[in-house]
Amino acid sequence: MTGRMSISRRELIVGGLVVAFAGSARARAATADATGPSALGGFVRISRDGRISLVMPSVEMGQGIYTAEAALLAEELDVRLDQIEAIAAAPDASLYAQPLFKTQMTGGSTSIRGFWTPLREAGAAARSMLVAAAAQTWGVHPDECSTKDGTILHSSTGRVLGYGDVAESAATLPIPEDPKLKLPGEFKIIGKSQRRIDTPSKVNGSAVYGIDVAVDGMKIAAVVISPVDGGKLKSVDETDARKIPGVIDVLHIDDAVAVVGEHYWAARAGIEALNVDWDLGPNAKLTTASIRAEVAKAADDGTPLNALERGDVEARLKSAAKRLTAEYELPFLAHATMEPINTTVHIRPDGCDIWVGTQTPVVAQKHAARITGLPLDKVTLHNHLIGGGFGRRLQADTIEQAVRFAKQVPYPLKIIWMREQDIRHDRFRPCYLDRLAAGLDEQGRLSVWTHRTTSGTVRRYFDEDGWPEGKLDKDAVDGAWDSPYAFPAIRVDWIRHDPPVKLNWWRGVGPTHNVFVVESFLDELAHAAGQDPIAYRRALLDANPRAMAVLNKVADAAGWNRPLQPRSGRGVSLHQNFGTYAAVVVEVAVALSGEISLGKIVAAVDCGIQVNPDIIRAQIEGGVLFGLSAALFNGITFSDGRVEQGNFNDYRQLRINETPPIEVHLLESSEKPGGLGEVGTVSAAPALGNAIFAATGVRVRRLPIDRSLLSKRENS
Amino acid sequence: MISLNINGRDFAVQAPDDMPLLWVLRDLLNLKGTKFGCGIAQCGACTVHVDGRPVRSCMLPAASIGSRKVTTIEAIGQTESGRRIQQAWLELEVVQCGYCQSGQIMSAAALIERNPAPDDAEIDAAMAGNICRCATYARIRAAIKSASRR
Repeated sequence: MTGRMSISRRELIVGGLVVAFAGSARARAATADATGPSALGGFVRISRDGRISLVMPSVEMGQGIYTAEAALLAEELDVRLDQIEAIAAAPDASLYAQPLFKTQMTGGSTSIRGFWTPLREAGAAARSMLVAAAAQTWGVHPDECSTKDGTILHSSTGRVLGYGDVAESAATLPIPEDPKLKLPGEFKIIGKSQRRIDTPSKVNGSAVYGIDVAVDGMKIAAVVISPVDGGKLKSVDETDARKIPGVIDVLHIDDAVAVVGEHYWAARAGIEALNVDWDLGPNAKLTTASIRAEVAKAADDGTPLNALERGDVEARLKSAAKRLTAEYELPFLAHATMEPINTTVHIRPDGCDIWVGTQTPVVAQKHAARITGLPLDKVTLHNHLIGGGFGRRLQADTIEQAVRFAKQVPYPLKIIWMREQDIRHDRFRPCYLDRLAAGLDEQGRLSVWTHRTTSGTVRRYFDEDGWPEGKLDKDAVDGAWDSPYAFPAIRVDWIRHDPPVKLNWWRGVGPTHNVFVVESFLDELAHAAGQDPIAYRRALLDANPRAMAVLNKVADAAGWNRPLQPRSGRGVSLHQNFGTYAAVVVEVAVALSGEISLGKIVAAVDCGIQVNPDIIRAQIEGGVLFGLSAALFNGITFSDGRVEQGNFNDYRQLRINETPPIEVHLLESSEKPGGLGEVGTVSAAPALGNAIFAATGVRVRRLPIDRSLLSKRENS
Repeated sequence: MISLNINGRDFAVQAPDDMPLLWVLRDLLNLKGTKFGCGIAQCGACTVHVDGRPVRSCMLPAASIGSRKVTTIEAIGQTESGRRIQQAWLELEVVQCGYCQSGQIMSAAALIERNPAPDDAEIDAAMAGNICRCATYARIRAAIKSASRR
């Protein structure tokens, strides 16, 4: 994919017009109101007074993308990161579509992979136009000019112009067809651990997340939602709620009630005082046991869709010296971002404003237009910093709800969900059931591998027409069909079974599930063959030098062969997803009670060209721990149609006192940059499960890890 | 009326007796740096100082504070400990999404205020009430040590 296909060149630069952004923080949360046509788009905006604003096509939710995308633009524009202000892109897929998705969406570790070339080209084009404008002013050839830190120099005469001085005339020049990009050796910003541009405001409380938005005349609402998904409001007695001082309104939609207050606490008190009767609908009897039984039935009877078939699978299974089978099971997961769900909406007869942090601004805008009946261009979405995404804010269900409530009132309405609602009314990572078989030859070498996944499809919640029966959803098999290994024969297939639970992507997407299964089962095979798990993997990696290199690096750095105490163990995982290669070793100690203590974690990563090594390390550190937290503690379960977990007491997360040291090794590479946000999370659970096997001899085939399976009486 | 001293200034607010300090700060005084995370004192995102001690403002009725002095993230940089923690947070690039970090910084500043050189166990004990879903814990530990050495 070239940048030219994905970016309209007319929009690369809009210069010369004074763009007024509220405030002076370098990284603004909101697309602050800009005046003039320059507000309409583009990636580079330079005002007459020399202020440089770079428009961020991806949303900042902690992954450091503002710093990384600004680095791509700034590198070629030839400005320093401390000279620029990053602003969130408005919803406009024609300008800001993620080239890999062809829609404006932040997720799947695609941002740098998709924008690597387009953003550098945008910066280079803008620079070239600014130089041309200065050269015109001086009556010299552009080749005689150079740029540095936002200025243009004519070295033979010592003349200097700032970018702001020529922005207006630059904007009238033709946009270069093929702006020359720097060679990697010329990079001044890319490849260095530049300071993050979004963090200064995050350490002094001044960063503005969606939940912090304050609009004149705004009221704040708390909601109560049908406790069972699919249920409907039957009746509500709001007499007591309306008596509470500070309560302004009680609003209804078909599956929820909002109490509006002068402040959130009045609204909360109003919610407590409501007496609501629900028609719980078709899912009222849903339990985790019933869901699991249905999944198992589908796995037995469903029609598999083939994702990959290579080699003579059946013959090899028959002739194998040793045959192994295993069944793995993964739970529904909530995202549990630190910032609870919230949206602020103001609907007027002639327009609608939405203040929110979303990974899919265009979808949110479209929903609002549909619900309000307003034309799309009358719906303004002000995107904000996000207090943790992990996939939750890919879906706009919560924004739809807010618009449906806000439609009923003339004032701006902010809706904040309680933590319990954030968890119980999440759209969940699917549950999965995986059945695997493998054949080994006389020497224990892998001869054949089959992997069948049964799960729902997340895609049906993203594609407007759902997802057709009989069509493979690649997400369900990602990480399974494209493992790093040269299996002599392999079959990967998927049985679709959509559970009566709404689904969403979750950090690591398809590979978080499949790599756990693949890497755990491969570990089983290594032990069955009586071989070291790393040596066993190496034998399958001759044709994959990048995977081999990260595996070797992690083995070395983790001291793979160093002896450990009894009931301690090391486990490894390896994968190649999102254009990145990652190997992780986790050390654990398992008490006789079954309690698990994490030991040292070591990661080795080859993500191609490193845009910002420190942010890469941070993503791997956090990503691995995020995955371990889920594997250790998390599974969403249902009883009487209700989600049983609700807050951090019963949907608990890893805490600092449970966090071991973590070491990240980055391998130098000149390959194109890979994705990072998902990578560590994908590595985590299999490395942990394999370490637990090494420590206890118990194979973890179901998540979250059941400690009772790991306990051992002292005298046994 | 509830009288409160916040960040060295006196305020009088009209609020129900059970209204937690968190919502008084956020919705009545427009001090939005203190965050709502869980509402049940499980995550620490709402941590503020009351007379220098870290407390979870989501469950603390504002009416119960009396004359004690409240400090929030907006003013913690004016204390020596707070300034050093904020600086270390930036130098070690602790922050990712940042939503929990107001609370983390308030807990950390209180820690080094009373214990100028905490070890790992003391850091863990003081910080275990603050959840970070981006899991920036290793850097939090390193940054507290860095700040305490200054």
